Amino acid sequence: MVDSLADPLLRVESLVRRFGGIKATDNLSLDVLPGELHAIIGPNGAGKTTLISQLTGQLMPNSGAIHFAGRDVTWLPSYQRSRLGLARSFQITCLLPDFTAADNVALAAQAHDGHSFRFWGAARKERHLRDAAQAALARVGLAKRADVLVSELSHGEQRELELAVALATKPQLLLLDEPMAGLGVTESARMVALLKELRKEVTIVLVEHDMEAVFALADRITVLVYGRVIASGDPEAIRNNEEVKRAYLGEQHAVTRHG
Amino acid sequence: MKSHINARNVIVALVALGLALLPAYSALTGNIFILTLFTRIVIFALAAASLNLIMGYGGMMSFGHAAYLGIGGYAVGILAYEGIGSGFIQWPVALAVSALYALVIGALSLRTRGVYFIMITLAFAQMAYYIASGLSRYGGDDGLTIYKRSNFGGLIDMSNRVQFYYLCLACLFGGVYLIWRMINSRFGMVVQGVRSNEQRMQAIGFHANRYRLVCFVISGTICGLAGALLANNTDFISPATMYWTRSGELMVMVVFGGMGSLFGPVIGTIVFLLLEELLSQFTEYWALIMGPLLLLIVLFARGGIMGLLGRLSRG
Repeated sequence: MVDSLADPLLRVESLVRRFGGIKATDNLSLDVLPGELHAIIGPNGAGKTTLISQLTGQLMPNSGAIHFAGRDVTWLPSYQRSRLGLARSFQITCLLPDFTAADNVALAAQAHDGHSFRFWGAARKERHLRDAAQAALARVGLAKRADVLVSELSHGEQRELELAVALATKPQLLLLDEPMAGLGVTESARMVALLKELRKEVTIVLVEHDMEAVFALADRITVLVYGRVIASGDPEAIRNNEEVKRAYLGEQHAVTRHG
Repeated sequence: MKSHINARNVIVALVALGLALLPAYSALTGNIFILTLFTRIVIFALAAASLNLIMGYGGMMSFGHAAYLGIGGYAVGILAYEGIGSGFIQWPVALAVSALYALVIGALSLRTRGVYFIMITLAFAQMAYYIASGLSRYGGDDGLTIYKRSNFGGLIDMSNRVQFYYLCLACLFGGVYLIWRMINSRFGMVVQGVRSNEQRMQAIGFHANRYRLVCFVISGTICGLAGALLANNTDFISPATMYWTRSGELMVMVVFGGMGSLFGPVIGTIVFLLLEELLSQFTEYWALIMGPLLLLIVLFARGGIMGLLGRLSRG
């Protein structure tokens, strides 16, 4: 599935982002190959979300470059990156609370279906947008919850909806920021099963704390500590990497046991 | 839920019917005052509906909306003063200048959010107020009397009370219908999505501010129309039309009726101006009663009168 000879879909070169005196991203380089599921792990405060935010354009780097699908996107605003096929899910659920699940997804489909300076026709009656929304909801198992307000969905359902919204933008690359955050055991298992399906269709960058999930899913793993890459390789190599073990110390147990 | 017959819709239908039949009542009873009062109410309802578009649906708390009333009014007044009496010129100019002002103000103000947005729209409206005060050729502080209402040839006699009332009412219903189509359109979905969660909308590929700005301009243009109507109604335009308290009143009308409800601003305006009229007959300190009333609505009836009615109809 992973074509290591192909050009990387995402290439990050010497990325630096400072917050005051702290380098949250410290000369970070990273390649994501088309078709792979690339996990990014690291202890709390390693700069994982900071990195994702720079990849999606919510945050601009101080220096370095980001190339996506052969284009330099370093300074593009997030809405333009989304148009190029870069989608993200948020660590802390970020949806439209006063809209239904179907509306949330249909808007994502609408964003990628020409401009929205159409003032007359009823958007909720546009068949193809509704169908696209329904399809994305069905993929994540929310088909029956389409007409429920987001604020009335359970936390687990909201996490799944995050994914459906990202999928509806027909992304080439999916950046998932801790999709398992706050999920119970069964919900987590469902999410892992879902990601196993999705990885067949779309390249994924997965930031996740759940080591069991990471080692079950990832083709390659990059380990961040204090904004720097300390190791990158397949799960086996990462599991046996001494520096990674040291960095995780307390969490070392988790890394080895669940491998 | 699917049934359209509920307390709220019945009241909306009754109010719309009442507005449509008002001239008949006025003619039957010989009560001309009520027609004059409601002409004013209908014009302000249009202004409030336009404010609701950005405030209720777009989440943009503009504290300078009265500026458009003034701009629309001055466009009519100045052109009339300079001898251009045709409404076919006056009104398009009123709309165009309002749109242009909204475009410039919006492009600058929409870089800010929250309290800063409120303050910057207020500041621009006050600038417009002082500029109008400085127009010595057009009356300055004292304002400008419009000796001849807009001339639409034989199409409509603006000096005929009933005809003018129906023109205002047509503008109001037309405006509300336009807003209704718009909020359910693709454009409206985006604008409301941005109100709900801007970051999310950017992340799925929408240039949030571009949609905000267009919404801001549409709202300002509709309010400019209300301004042109208002100037014709009073045969007079002065800087006081765009004083900041007027902007505040428009906001109160919207909040009274229910932010983000289609017909709410119309109901809110009727209630506000009727109360003002009634209370001021008893006391010049009518604001002392209006103030606490507003407090009660904000504290206990989020969603205003329409919100209350909505809860009633859900039982």
